[in-house]
Amino acid sequence: MCDTCGCGNPDEHATIQKPNEPKHKHEHHAHQHNHSHKIDVQTDVLAENNLLAERNRGYFDGKEIIALNLVSSPGSGKTTLLEKTIVAIKPNIDIAVIEGDQQTMRDAERIDKTGVPVVQVNTGTGCHLDAHMIQHAIEELDLKNQSILFIENVGNLVCPALFDLGEAMKIVIISVTEGEDKPQKYPHMFDASDICIINKIDLLPYVDFDVEKCKQYALEVNYQLKFFELSAKTGDGLDAWITWLKQQQKS
Amino acid sequence: MHEMTLAINIVKIACKTANQNGADKINSIEVEVGKLAGVLEDSLAFCFEAARNNSIAKDAQLKILTIPGKAHCIACDDSFDTDTFFTLCPECDGIAIDIIQGKDLRIKSINVD
Repeated sequence: MCDTCGCGNPDEHATIQKPNEPKHKHEHHAHQHNHSHKIDVQTDVLAENNLLAERNRGYFDGKEIIALNLVSSPGSGKTTLLEKTIVAIKPNIDIAVIEGDQQTMRDAERIDKTGVPVVQVNTGTGCHLDAHMIQHAIEELDLKNQSILFIENVGNLVCPALFDLGEAMKIVIISVTEGEDKPQKYPHMFDASDICIINKIDLLPYVDFDVEKCKQYALEVNYQLKFFELSAKTGDGLDAWITWLKQQQKS
Repeated sequence: MHEMTLAINIVKIACKTANQNGADKINSIEVEVGKLAGVLEDSLAFCFEAARNNSIAKDAQLKILTIPGKAHCIACDDSFDTDTFFTLCPECDGIAIDIIQGKDLRIKSINVD
């Protein structure tokens, strides 16, 4: 093969020669390399991630696992919601958790106390989980058939919206201590999600958060969003969420 | 800062394509970025300058082609331009809007030597 261009021309080290003829030199290069030309690429910038995500999705489908990607700003109460959710559905459904954070094992340690398999992914400086990280994380988890896998993404309402992990759906969590206009300030995440959980409703008497307005803003971004209003801390509203989860995974 | 990940992917895909086509230098990379793709063009261009180092794209120019956003109203079947996710239908004020264009994030072509 030609070292310059990788074309299928005879190997430079191979010499093709008839008696009494000068040595054939490999220098013709019928297709010129030294003039500029355009190559059509038409490839999605996230093609590699999307391919791995589809591989993960195929694995989940094969084992009838419901994978849910939990996304939110830092501090919306994702881990507390998970702890309460796990306690409520563990008797009926097998659960596993992938925790994503830039640093520390803290969230994984909290989930570990509930007794379900958990693996922590530390992204270092990375602002999101990607499909490749999930592929490696599930190798560590020995997931059961017909289980639910919760993936708690890095707290960030921007970047995780772009990265498909192979999940069945994204669940965006917003707490009432945040602005009710967050769905319009960070529309990508609300557009990419199927479910919106409004958390910390026990604090509503103390904050200026208009739940109906928030839902309206979110619906203007994504009219198909389904809402749950709850307090992971007090357990208010948790029943509807748990019932819905159990319906997703009828085991 | 997902633009860094995207810039690295752009360089990776461009270099792979160039190699497969026997090129040893990339002059420019054309990338289509939708208005609703969640990508800051300036930030992507900035990250690209770092991502292209030590590759055959090290002198390549990044050409960003902006793809406008387009939406379709479920209720009245109208299609219209939009740069945001939360526009009501200009025809019927409907809320059920599907984005049909503008989430693109694609390498269109490369120019090579």
